[in-house]
Amino acid sequence: MLTVLLDGLAAGMLLFVLSVGLSVTLGLMNFVNLAHGAFGMAGGYLCVVLLNRLGLPFLACLLAAALCTGLLGLALERLLYRRLYGRDHLEQVLFSIGLVFIAGAAVDWLMGARQQLITLPPWLSGRVELGGVGLGVYRLFLIAVCTGLLLALHLGLVRTRFGSRLRAAVDDAVVARGLGIPVERLFAVTFALGSGLAGLGGALGVEVLGLDPTFPLKYMVYFLIVVAVGGANTVIGPFLAAILLGLVDVAGKYYLPQFGAFGIYTAMVALLILRPQGLLARAAAR
Amino acid sequence: MRPALEAGFWLLALSGFWLMPEQLPLLGQAAIAALFVLSLDLLVGYAGVLTLGHAAFFGLGAYGAGLLAQQGWGEPLSGLLAAALLAGLLGLLTAPLVLRGGDLPALMVTLGLSLMLGEAANKLPGLTGGADGLLGVEIWPVLGLFRFDLHGRTAFLYALAVLFLLFLLARRITASPFGLALRGIRGNARRMPALGTPVRRRLVAAYALSAAYAGIAGALLAQTTQFVSLDALSFQRSAEGLLMLVLGGLGALYGAMLGAIVFTLAHHLLSEMSPLFWQFWIGLALVGLALAGRGGLLGLGAALLGRRA
Repeated sequence: MLTVLLDGLAAGMLLFVLSVGLSVTLGLMNFVNLAHGAFGMAGGYLCVVLLNRLGLPFLACLLAAALCTGLLGLALERLLYRRLYGRDHLEQVLFSIGLVFIAGAAVDWLMGARQQLITLPPWLSGRVELGGVGLGVYRLFLIAVCTGLLLALHLGLVRTRFGSRLRAAVDDAVVARGLGIPVERLFAVTFALGSGLAGLGGALGVEVLGLDPTFPLKYMVYFLIVVAVGGANTVIGPFLAAILLGLVDVAGKYYLPQFGAFGIYTAMVALLILRPQGLLARAAAR
Repeated sequence: MRPALEAGFWLLALSGFWLMPEQLPLLGQAAIAALFVLSLDLLVGYAGVLTLGHAAFFGLGAYGAGLLAQQGWGEPLSGLLAAALLAGLLGLLTAPLVLRGGDLPALMVTLGLSLMLGEAANKLPGLTGGADGLLGVEIWPVLGLFRFDLHGRTAFLYALAVLFLLFLLARRITASPFGLALRGIRGNARRMPALGTPVRRRLVAAYALSAAYAGIAGALLAQTTQFVSLDALSFQRSAEGLLMLVLGGLGALYGAMLGAIVFTLAHHLLSEMSPLFWQFWIGLALVGLALAGRGGLLGLGAALLGRRA
């Protein structure tokens, strides 16, 4: 029971790190970016290559994965995404699905279609006994790292000038622009940050979520649920949504394996129907 | 479009029967894909409702017709009708969930519903055969006269005939006041009530109609290949349908069919080289089409013709 709880918590934390960038993209620029998972996949593969082929320390790999995918996100945003702001949603959907297909094919060609495995450093593997229950050290590590990230993001959004500008732009981009907030630049930076976080999440998640070329498609639904349920203007909303999703998903797979992913899709559709504005959204917002 | 061009299009499609006798199964696939894209066009191109899960209706039609034949009723035309009713009913039931306003909820609910259906089919091997696919589908001769043969002759003519009839119906529908109301809704959904159009009811009707069309396309696939796999419900199918639609030209019936035909033939040629490259090319085509904007092949053709005139 406790193991399931811990696993679900860890999976939820990962989902949060992976999808928090998407919620900003969607909220700020109203851009339907189905390719967000591709950044997570890129981070995961980078981590695998650096760790297994070059033998760098695990933490350095995580950092490199986050940085590189952040830069990749920045480059793609400046080169391609920028052209599609304000176009209609169908074109954005087609564009980002196209990116997912390209990324999948490219990774398949470079790395092969099989599942990627990593060997964790000794200090992160194994279990600890806590009150008579064995807890995976890596799960605890994940929870610690993601909690740290959550706090940093929340404080960054609430306390800093960048954060207040970002919130203003999400609330009403037109007025924010009128007040002299450089919405375009803000968005590029946020996009890079979101991609970098996705890359970090992908790298952290190799051990838990698995990694193969279908990763972006497989988890696309999960990211969308987190974003739709969590809302765009806070960090806490997506966080709660992600934790909920992780718990439901892991518990479902553990206790009712015969239903597979059916439960999670049902939960998503039900939530979308019951709370179309998101879990924490103020009903009067817009 | 000009009558001569139209007649030319259908004669060319029919002439495939004699010109490419070895490739008839492929041409049959193209006709089925054309019907599927036609149904997407009615929804996305005319009514302006976005969907990422149209494969749900295609797959439901395919499994419906396949199961009917497996259980001992292999009459093809009534199978098509049953599939259309089944898919149309699902469309009618899910339309209120999808049409809650906004593109994003529509995208996600359609995606979620199609994934639910796909997972259900995967987890019910007793009913659907699961990952092995639905086997033992036996279809009786069309109209009691034309037996399905190994070369796909009957299958091709049957699929083309169904496509032609349903195309005529779709053309009538899109030219009717109903079709015009849909275009109006796509242009500006807020103003249409002022003209006396019940927007919601029109959209629900369009959704159910499109679902029924997709169901028939799925049933055609099940009947002509005598097999149904999970592939019929996959996300890939929904995404490819959108690609074909945008490739051909959104909001034009001939554009939809042209896109499907070009796509199916290109798929055949390119995937012979390598299935991996094929996925890469689809991705590139999607990105390119999205960046280049509307119009597709049909828009390109019209621009060329217009320049010459």
